[in-house]
Amino acid sequence: MRLIATYLIGLVFGIGIMISGMANPAKILNFFDLAGNWDPSLAFVMGGALITTFIGYRLVLARPGPVLAKSFQLPTSKTIDARLVGGSALFGIGWGIAGFCPGGALPALGTGRIEVVTFVAALAAGILLARYIQSAGATTARQS
Amino acid sequence: MVTQFTPWLSLAGGVMIGLAATALMAMLGRIMGASGLVSGLLRPTSGAEFGWRAALLAGMVSGPLVLLALTGSMPPLQVPSSPMMLVLGGLLVGVGVTYGSGCTSGHGVCGNARLSPRSFVATVSFMLAAFVTVFVVRHLLPGLVGG
Repeated sequence: MRLIATYLIGLVFGIGIMISGMANPAKILNFFDLAGNWDPSLAFVMGGALITTFIGYRLVLARPGPVLAKSFQLPTSKTIDARLVGGSALFGIGWGIAGFCPGGALPALGTGRIEVVTFVAALAAGILLARYIQSAGATTARQS
Repeated sequence: MVTQFTPWLSLAGGVMIGLAATALMAMLGRIMGASGLVSGLLRPTSGAEFGWRAALLAGMVSGPLVLLALTGSMPPLQVPSSPMMLVLGGLLVGVGVTYGSGCTSGHGVCGNARLSPRSFVATVSFMLAAFVTVFVVRHLLPGLVGG
């Protein structure tokens, strides 16, 4: 039941991503290309998603808890630091180079295109690399 | 590469993304973040957390196939970036979302919908970086990518 519901939620997300153009790097790159063939579609995706989620979260988070789990798991960190800003900037640079973001690329895996597989494999490698650097840094900090 | 402006399809897709994010919070109490999803699937220690993430990913991947079944074709997917740029971009995105704790879906949609100052700062940072990067790649370093 839990897995079927989650699968269907993923399906709605995947269809939304595909029809919105978020999975199409040419559209994403054109959104960021103000000096070229500017395509403002991405603003409509973000606007539609943000307004819907804003209203949806107001209704859902007013309830005592989720239907199929014990409690809402919301991020608690309030820290705004170089890690947040720098990490997000790196993400933006990568997004501008490849044209894929994680939310666009995951549903696009279903197209079976080699470009998507290439990006997602590199994405996974990047996550593992960052995690390795972080844990190596933590070990060094403990030793010193 | 010229793309067609698709305000209604993009808006409809955006609303579906928002409905999915709302439903995931309503059902499982979780933030809909694509980078967190990949990160969670790559973390072998949390076996109990693996199932719902795998189901969510399976649903996402089914999206284009269901569209193919319903409409007879998949939405266009045009990739101007070279394989080398896909690898470089993917690595940077992977490192960036790990340090930045989220991406377009987690910070951009869910975090901003919660009016999180952290997510707002992250969103401004990655959007600005992407605008600057595309300008540099396309107009200052032409020839690296097509389109």
